[in-house]
Amino acid sequence: MVTLRNIIHSAVAMMVCFGSLAGMYALLGAPIVAAAQVLIYLGAISVLILFAIMLTQAGDANLPSPFHRQVWAAALVALVVVGLIGWAVTATDWGNATVVVGIALDAMAEALFTDYALPFEILSLLLLAAIIGAIYLARRPEDDERAN
Amino acid sequence: MGLQAYLIVSAMLFGIGMFGFLARRNAILMLISIELMLNAVNLSLVAFNAYDYYSPNDTGAIFALLVMAVAAAEATVGLALVIAIIRTRQTPEVDEYSDLKE
Repeated sequence: MVTLRNIIHSAVAMMVCFGSLAGMYALLGAPIVAAAQVLIYLGAISVLILFAIMLTQAGDANLPSPFHRQVWAAALVALVVVGLIGWAVTATDWGNATVVVGIALDAMAEALFTDYALPFEILSLLLLAAIIGAIYLARRPEDDERAN
Repeated sequence: MGLQAYLIVSAMLFGIGMFGFLARRNAILMLISIELMLNAVNLSLVAFNAYDYYSPNDTGAIFALLVMAVAAAEATVGLALVIAIIRTRQTPEVDEYSDLKE
């Protein structure tokens, strides 16, 4: 999906990828994470990205190449990273980690609002800051002049 | 074997995202690639949690949810930045953004 020339196709492929990841989360016994994946990624982020593409892709489909000149260096770096992680994964003895343990939703909710209450609250602040920042950044400059 | 399979899928997804981020010229596609990398990390978090290797009490799933919220915030601000830049520079190609170099 990152090699497609048409960026709309890339975005649709990304949505397919997010959907299959939601399926994997459900397989891993984490249906709440799968639901959040569908809601946040398939519902919100995909729509956001599609809108951004529609707002910005005016008439630049005549590019010679979608890649930088450093495409081979980038491929090499990515392959080395995948190779290192794959080597670390296969070389590690994972012991008896073979049983999928499903999530107990009540225990998880209790942990989220007791042990992890501070990250949760910080996250709400971060989201508020992100909303304000996005509104400020995406505003057109002439809106200021009209307001003054 | 199951945990290894999920971790290898996660590593490949991370590699694809990294390649897209490093190689593509379109700013929006670079943001898509960042989302891919965050999803790869999420997959490995949930996999570790599900196989109960390190986490006694669903820590991995909680962190996956937190990462999702951070990713949503990052996508919002990133896309707002990209749209603002495209509005002033009239192009989404990142190698055209060379004012500071010249």
